[in-house]
Amino acid sequence: MLDADFFRRWMAATAASVDREAERLTALDSAIGDADHGSNLQRGFAAVAAALEKESPDTPGGVLALAGRQLISTVGGASGPLYGTLLRRTGKALGDAAEVSEAQLAEALGTGVEAVRTLGGASPGDKTMIDALVPAVEALGEGFGAARSAAEAGAEATVPLQARKGRASYLGERSIGHQDPGATSSALLIAALDEAASGS
Amino acid sequence: MRMLINVPETVVADALRGMAAAHPDLAVDVENRVVVRRDAPVAGQVALVSGGGSGHEPLHGGFVGPGMLSAACPGEVFTSPVPDQMARAAAAVDSGAGVLFIVKNYTGDVLNFDMAAELAEDEGIQVAKVLVNDDVAVTDSLYTAGRRGTGATLFVEKIAGAAAAEGQPLERVESIARQVNANSRSFGVALSAVTTPAKGSPTFDLPSGELELGIGIHGEPGRERRAMMTSGEIADFAVNAVLEDLPVRNPVLVLVNGMGATPLLELYGFNAEVQRVLGERGVTVARTLVGNYVTSLDMAGASVTLCQVDEELLRLWDAPVKTPGLRWGM
Repeated sequence: MLDADFFRRWMAATAASVDREAERLTALDSAIGDADHGSNLQRGFAAVAAALEKESPDTPGGVLALAGRQLISTVGGASGPLYGTLLRRTGKALGDAAEVSEAQLAEALGTGVEAVRTLGGASPGDKTMIDALVPAVEALGEGFGAARSAAEAGAEATVPLQARKGRASYLGERSIGHQDPGATSSALLIAALDEAASGS
Repeated sequence: MRMLINVPETVVADALRGMAAAHPDLAVDVENRVVVRRDAPVAGQVALVSGGGSGHEPLHGGFVGPGMLSAACPGEVFTSPVPDQMARAAAAVDSGAGVLFIVKNYTGDVLNFDMAAELAEDEGIQVAKVLVNDDVAVTDSLYTAGRRGTGATLFVEKIAGAAAAEGQPLERVESIARQVNANSRSFGVALSAVTTPAKGSPTFDLPSGELELGIGIHGEPGRERRAMMTSGEIADFAVNAVLEDLPVRNPVLVLVNGMGATPLLELYGFNAEVQRVLGERGVTVARTLVGNYVTSLDMAGASVTLCQVDEELLRLWDAPVKTPGLRWGM
């Protein structure tokens, strides 16, 4: 079973990997976007870490809901509302339980990803974070490692795609040949889940 | 790239502190990033709130004042503001007559303003929204995030602001704003890439002797790269791209807008070419504005925006305005 500590570790591991990979995310974003994805997520997850320290919610749902609200209030851009909604809705789906099973997390994350699809209007193949998140949720039944591999493969598979949503879509065919920054950061989020599990 | 800054992390806050010092008519909340008319709320008037990423100055903060915006919410550089900012701004400026959100059509801006509208409505504030999407360089709207909001934002903010200042009701101010957007089209070119403070190097590599056609205002590359063209050739290309999409019957407002690093000397020369093309195409020009208004940090280049106006829209355009960035008649 996964408790609030596990979810805190997940958020901390995400913050650390976003920090580590910020330059790479920004470089990917400068090719087909506006060169700020790394710094925006860094700011957001630093605020998440600070808020979790201060308020220390004691349920998995509470941790993710607080993290989501922090992202909405600090990131801006499209990634603030989208990542914020992903975590907030996943947290909401987990309810008040003190511990949740991996299967419950998989189901809740599916609800969160669905909410992101509704909000952003993106479908798989549009070259967005959805291309990493959907395969990750599908693979989560086979464990965190499988979800991580699926997310990373999904992010890499955005390279040949033409963007149909978000700022990269303005480039039309010129968006082809670049890995999507949002799918890449989504893969980091899922990889951090695996790190939190192996660190327990 | 040398920049006149302290550290990248504080550029927005530093600029807001400087704005507050330069413009005592504005109440600038540096911590919460809201720029408000000091005399807001104005009784009986609809309030206009806009916002977006920083780096487009004077848009939007420089357009706050009588006859234009009631408040502006600057985000990080090229990053839309967060919902809390717009909700706070709406609460500060609402007189009870309602608030119009003017939103440039970018995924982030749309999402954050939508969330802000929900927050404001929960507080009992009546909110209407208008999307600005005038950039004809983005053609295939089914397969993109839709046309970008660029130069027409100035026309929408000025004309809707004049309608609000006359005491027109929210639904009328909203419909005028929509009409201005529907009547406006833009096309932009870049002669250099942008350097954001956070990245410190150009966002894309544009060799000398080449230009980007169909750029936005965020340093994203354009639709097409070509060998460098003359001012006259660029005017032909840009104006024709706009007119292809906007069948003009009435006189137009013309905005020849610098992207930030192109001198006025060049912009006026470019305007001469724009006016020549409009003359050749039989378009009557009602008013022209030349300058750096909807910018993209240090990008060199320019955009052309045309807005077709009837007598009422022209009257509202000519109405008095008093903001840091645009001022006449008062």
